[in-house]
Amino acid sequence: MASLQGYVDRRVLLVLQDGRVIVGTLVGFDQKSNVVLSESKERVYSMEEGVEEIPLGLYLVKGDMIVLIGEIDDAIDEAVDLATIHAEPILPIRY
Amino acid sequence: MLIFSVFKTLTDQRVTVELKNDLSISGVLKSVDQFLNIRLDSIKVLDETRHPHMMAVKNCFIRGSVVRYVQLPAEHVDTQLLEDATRREAANQTRR
Repeated sequence: MASLQGYVDRRVLLVLQDGRVIVGTLVGFDQKSNVVLSESKERVYSMEEGVEEIPLGLYLVKGDMIVLIGEIDDAIDEAVDLATIHAEPILPIRY
Repeated sequence: MLIFSVFKTLTDQRVTVELKNDLSISGVLKSVDQFLNIRLDSIKVLDETRHPHMMAVKNCFIRGSVVRYVQLPAEHVDTQLLEDATRREAANQTRR
């Protein structure tokens, strides 16, 4: 079964249907892949400036909105200076 | 249900998943569930220079509803078997 159990208490990166990227600690989930993140931050990507991190706090994301949940390798994530990353935002989902 | 079974036979194979936001991710298929949600290990985003967003992500869970295509390793799919199984399922359906 492709379950989210292995991601509990881990730092994860969520990609949402509208292209937003949210990082946080996964504290809970359910059958419909609704998830709760603690200490979450949105990462805003743009070509003009480096990545901006906006603190969101405790966040519940509806399963319908989720595209992907990835486990963050903290060593790699901390080694990257987000301010130097310039990238197009991820495209929204198109059916 | 048939496709779910096909995916289950493909665990531990490397597949490429194209999402409906034009992101393509290749990785080792770890598991799949009834919604065709997919777990991938050792992932690589195609065109990584354009999509550095997931640099620090090594394994991920992809929601089945956002998958557009899955590229499968041809040598690990028995198309003859799949064809027969599809016919059998279609036959069962008309009988009902």
